Amino acid sequence: MVAWSEQERSIIANLFSNLDYEDVGAKALTRCLIVYPWTQRYFGGFGNLYNAEAIKMNPNIAAHGVKILHGLDRALKNMDNIKETYAELSVLHSEKLHVDPDNFKLLSDVLTIVIAAKLGTDFTPEVQATFQKFLAVVVSALGKQYQ
Amino acid sequence: MSDTVRAFWAKVSPKAADIGAGALCRMLVVYPQTKTYFSHWKDLNPGSAPVMMHGAVIMEGVADAVAKIDNLTDGLDQLSQLHAFTLRVDPANFKVLSHNLMVVMANQFPNDFSPEVHVAMDKFLALVALALSEKYR
Repeated sequence: MVAWSEQERSIIANLFSNLDYEDVGAKALTRCLIVYPWTQRYFGGFGNLYNAEAIKMNPNIAAHGVKILHGLDRALKNMDNIKETYAELSVLHSEKLHVDPDNFKLLSDVLTIVIAAKLGTDFTPEVQATFQKFLAVVVSALGKQYQ
Repeated sequence: MSDTVRAFWAKVSPKAADIGAGALCRMLVVYPQTKTYFSHWKDLNPGSAPVMMHGAVIMEGVADAVAKIDNLTDGLDQLSQLHAFTLRVDPANFKVLSHNLMVVMANQFPNDFSPEVHVAMDKFLALVALALSEKYR
């Protein structure tokens, strides 16, 4: 089980309570598909991904980015039990979606950069460390049920 | 990629030393294992003199790489020798520093660090890392 200090819990709670899911979610997935184009392999049915402009304007991608970001709410609400909380989603990503777990790290890095762009001076090294720790725990949990 | 990197670099280079110091500082805080390379510094805290100075040194290397973007392997030959035989930095750490450089770029230039600039910079820093580890084995 992962240990969280009071300061870490507070940083995470604060970050998410001020989060603009619609904006950040859309930007994160869009950016991931542009920066790591091989990730587009999972979005064949989502419409036009032909170039960066098309990806940025694709409403299906934007909506899905928001959905993914809300997926982090589960960890937020169950910080002391993230592994079990994501067991079901891990099976989904492995058995049904067939997503290579390396991709979770890619999206996680991109999300960190989108948040860094958004929060300015509030995104201190401490906030970055806590956020990356949080994402790493989620990423690990999502990869747990792969076999 | 080259044009995008050069154009973005032209915009941010006045702040290069800040970017370098910021990235190094973040790396030491977020990835504590990287502190092992700096055990000879008295002070590893954000804003300390060694961190600020070394951040600037690193960015001089990056500036050099931008100038030699069309032939990084030859252009960074000396730096590669330094990293291979003297510093012996585990190449995995190049990725870590690159990530933190981009976090700082996004943080300080949110309107300029677009997805297009991001992909170009990510690719460029990966190529720099590759050139730096050329001489390792």
